[in-house]
Amino acid sequence: MKRFSAWNLLRAGLEGQKRWPRDWRDAEPKPHYDVVIIGGGGHGLATAYYLAKTHGVRSVAVLEKAWIGGGNTGRNTTIVRSNYRQPQLQRLLEYSLKTWETLSDELNYNLMFSQRGALTLGHSDADMVKLAEKGDSLRCAGIDARLMTREQVARLVPLLDMSPAARFPVFGGMMQDRGGTARHDAVAWGYARAADALGVDVIQNCEVTGFDIQGGRAVGVRTSRGAIGAGRIGLCVAGNSGVVAGLAGLKLPIETHLLQAFVSEPVKPMIDTVIMSQSMHCYISQSDKGEIVLGGDPDLYPSYSQRGAPHRIEEVAAQAIGLVPALSRLRMLRGWAGATDMSFDGSPIIGPTPIEGLYLNGGWCYGGFKATPGSGRLFAHQLATGETHEIAAPFALDRFARGATIDEAGVGPQPQAR
Amino acid sequence: MMLIPCPHCGPRAQLEFTYERTLDAILPLDATPEDAARILYERENPRGVSAELWRHSFGCRAWLRLERHTVTHDISSAIPWPSVGEA
Repeated sequence: MKRFSAWNLLRAGLEGQKRWPRDWRDAEPKPHYDVVIIGGGGHGLATAYYLAKTHGVRSVAVLEKAWIGGGNTGRNTTIVRSNYRQPQLQRLLEYSLKTWETLSDELNYNLMFSQRGALTLGHSDADMVKLAEKGDSLRCAGIDARLMTREQVARLVPLLDMSPAARFPVFGGMMQDRGGTARHDAVAWGYARAADALGVDVIQNCEVTGFDIQGGRAVGVRTSRGAIGAGRIGLCVAGNSGVVAGLAGLKLPIETHLLQAFVSEPVKPMIDTVIMSQSMHCYISQSDKGEIVLGGDPDLYPSYSQRGAPHRIEEVAAQAIGLVPALSRLRMLRGWAGATDMSFDGSPIIGPTPIEGLYLNGGWCYGGFKATPGSGRLFAHQLATGETHEIAAPFALDRFARGATIDEAGVGPQPQAR
Repeated sequence: MMLIPCPHCGPRAQLEFTYERTLDAILPLDATPEDAARILYERENPRGVSAELWRHSFGCRAWLRLERHTVTHDISSAIPWPSVGEA
């Protein structure tokens, strides 16, 4: 790996950018690894990196059926924040956010992490009560939150519709100043490059087709490129957790649903924060390239198709235009859908499975991207030591049977109801 | 968007329907706690044909049993639920 530095960039520029090495090797699978991670998205690659970096486990392979970062890592709306309501999720996502804050330096890779603030709008007195309560609980947990008046919100986002006839009247908002966005592809590439430099094999075009289970213990995987033995196996395939766990005979508390996002044509800077809403599912931000990035509700029925239904585009566009009328003049450039693991309480699952040696990291619902670094650190701890980290402990797979769900939205076992 | 053939109303836009749950997730009232946890929370989550309970909420409001492919969204069967003789 060649380190990126001002001097190296300048010199490479003078040399016509011809001498950059590959960021990661095209590794051939070996017959055995101490740890095999299935899934080369952000979570899998981060797990591999922290296994090698923090725990000194260098015999690690990341198996990806297509190319790294090609699933939900490349399909999200890139929002990073930690302002959740349930204390278990607050701890998990704040742990992740703290890792984000120094991650570009640590990986020597520009993740374009931009703490431009994450603003949740309130559209009624009831919304403002909820936001104040949430903000108080965040501050008690040591996480930044700031309640904003209508006037403060108007100053921060002048393009919001503040007229008396506004479709979604703005009563105020809650701001997490440390929230923001990051370049999603760069997260996969940065982790792959750093993990590769520590000896991790990143193996693309290698699909897992089955597990070798002996005496109730998973001892290896069968893949499209041959059998690979493993000391421990980690599943990081959110969206397909049910399918891959099914190869080992497991049934998970997860349904796969579609979540769509859209970008407009690029325009000059017009929205310099992330806008969300307490009453609606509409997320608005502007990428550094200038595109307006929009996201909304899931499609509300199980699907792996990665193609969204068009009525959702209309709904998200209507909400976005209701909030920021100026967006009505923009043309949409692209829309896409990700297949997401919807768990039955809206919270992720991290920890052991009933099969010894097989560990699960999935069920990330809407919130996988922001959790990438924290999830990687916690799952690496699990795979290196066999013990569940204290922050990850509440997210155990058996919490559903125990009745210890972490129900952020409070709607029970119907993923499409949230 | 899917076109769902309602057994009562004929082919209608998916927006008129709501997905309820997969058919194996219907909880009998006399289930043991272990069975209840399994039925409520464990899913096959198939990447392929899935048997599902839907409702024509903004139409005739009847329940229906769909067999639907979760990748292609092809609907191979749509019949009233519960069918005559069941439940």
